[in-house]
Amino acid sequence: MSLQLILFILFGTISAISSVLMITRTNALISALFLILNFAGLSGLYLTLNAQFIAVTQVIVYAGAIMVLFLFVIMLLKPEHEKYFSHQPKLKIFAFFIAFIVFIQLVFMIFVSHPSQGNNANVAASVKAGTIEEIGKQLYTNYVLPFEAAGYLLLAATIGAIVLAKKKFE
Amino acid sequence: MNILQIIIFTIVKILIVVTIILLAVTYLVYFERKISAWAQNRIGPNRVGWHGALQSFADVLKLLLKEDIVPDAANKPIHTLAPIIALFVSFTTYAVIPFGPNINVFGFSVPLVVADVNIGILYVLALTSLGVYAITLAGWSSGSKYSLLGGIRSSAQMISYEISMGFSIGGVLLLSQSLRPVEIVQAQSGWMWNAILQPVGFITFLVSAFAETNRLPFDLPEAEPELVGGYHTEYSSMKFAGFFLAEYANMFIASALIVTLYLGGWQFPYLDHFGLSNGWFAVISVITFAIKVAALLFFFIWVRWSIPRFRYDQLMNLGWKVMFPLSLLNIIWVAVLIMVFKL
Amino acid sequence: MLIEFGKVFVFLLIAIVFVIVALIAAKFIRPARPTHEKMLTYECGENPIGTPWVKFNIRFYVVALIFLIFDVEVVLLIPWALVYKGFGLGGFLVGAIFLFMLGLGMAYEWRKGDLEWVKPKVILPTLKNVQVDIKEDAAA
Repeated sequence: MSLQLILFILFGTISAISSVLMITRTNALISALFLILNFAGLSGLYLTLNAQFIAVTQVIVYAGAIMVLFLFVIMLLKPEHEKYFSHQPKLKIFAFFIAFIVFIQLVFMIFVSHPSQGNNANVAASVKAGTIEEIGKQLYTNYVLPFEAAGYLLLAATIGAIVLAKKKFE
Repeated sequence: MNILQIIIFTIVKILIVVTIILLAVTYLVYFERKISAWAQNRIGPNRVGWHGALQSFADVLKLLLKEDIVPDAANKPIHTLAPIIALFVSFTTYAVIPFGPNINVFGFSVPLVVADVNIGILYVLALTSLGVYAITLAGWSSGSKYSLLGGIRSSAQMISYEISMGFSIGGVLLLSQSLRPVEIVQAQSGWMWNAILQPVGFITFLVSAFAETNRLPFDLPEAEPELVGGYHTEYSSMKFAGFFLAEYANMFIASALIVTLYLGGWQFPYLDHFGLSNGWFAVISVITFAIKVAALLFFFIWVRWSIPRFRYDQLMNLGWKVMFPLSLLNIIWVAVLIMVFKL
Repeated sequence: MLIEFGKVFVFLLIAIVFVIVALIAAKFIRPARPTHEKMLTYECGENPIGTPWVKFNIRFYVVALIFLIFDVEVVLLIPWALVYKGFGLGGFLVGAIFLFMLGLGMAYEWRKGDLEWVKPKVILPTLKNVQVDIKEDAAA
């Protein structure tokens, strides 16, 4: 067994177990903590795939920023007092339906369409593509417009977030 | 080197680093008390050992023997988890900070850094962003109003200053063109220190580091007169010691990080022109690093007794309206500097 | 490079083991004599009233929201900063436009007062009632 495989099994187990625990806990805050652990495991998986930028972004943005926001919301709203989900059997059926479709999709992806078949052609290039330097170069050359569009989108998000937050709470 | 040798060297390096951090932190507490006493015209600890030199060990031993009291209102698992996260984050940040040049041990060239990863600085940023959870969870899980308010305040403070910290690091990256701390240090050879080339970025990073470590004048999360003990009101015994150690370890690591990013790291200006042997070069480099870190730590303690605590609105204003625009200006300044002088 | 990450991973493991061992070791040597009073939440000697999880100011949430957006911008800016030297004026313009939009967002928040924090209002003690009393006394 190579080092890569051992790490893959380790991080995969962490992500899988933590995601199951996340949806089974009744306390929303503990669920959020398992989600953070799940993000950490995912970031480890990205690292074994040499996607360093995505790995770090996963931790900084998802685990470090989005989950802080989640925690604030959980602490503010105290959702453990709300039994919304159990009073809505229709919602439960809908959730099962969605989960079933996603499951079918995953089975199809993994066992029928063989997504990993064509991707092994150029390993060196794909290893290089994950480094931050390479992403920077791509942002300058091929993806200048998307980069600026992302900036513009974030500007819109800034304004939108402020407007919505004010509308709801004032 | 084969894989076995790498593993042995790595584990030895990690153990040395952890021991150094622990010793440094223990003595940092002692020196903080001594310097505080000196600043206030007191004597300070002087009973345990020579001039009180063993005081910190006695304190740790005392905390080890104290009863651990968890209030009934607390959420016990998270209450225990919070100090673990705090200590974990503050120790592991040190994995990527270089404390010297390569040295020769038994014929191998060993770099004096635990892991020379090519995303080193981002690794530090990622861990700092996780450090917020320790204090937020400690505040939430204690089941006390003081703790909750302290935790919430602290997390808002830390995330606010994390932004200016990130943008200040952007300025450093513009000059070094690498995320590896080793290369960032090498890019600052001679007097090309980032603190000299981008003083504004240095100041914003320094202030953000103060805020991230919750040191005075930014210690609002534990502001004694209004919040009792802030997020660690309900902590005792080793869990309290965990937070206490983590705070000082964070101070140590913040200093090491500032030295690496802005003050030339382990480099003594123009040392390579003196024609020293490899061994002496390494020794002087490591000593230079230690002296720089010690000077910054002294600065941390000095500021504590010079500037009073901010009010919360002043703190947020400083973060968002002063440090954040300044760190943006710093990036533009460095970008123009590179364009004009072709550094 | 995977080996270097492996070293970081080993460091993480050692740190976790060290921290947990330190916490567990203390468990065996310290006393445990809980009483009802010890287990109460500390509130300066008073019995705590109401839930400890009080509702806090919504501004903390807004700060977290703003932080999230700027954090994404930091992460996006880092690849730009990393290869800046190789691209000359064009690279500068790419970054300048991005930074300009970032600054615009900040200016919007500043203008709309979302970076403001509630300042404590100083309420000076007044002697109004006393003065009224004096006047009434004089009238009587």
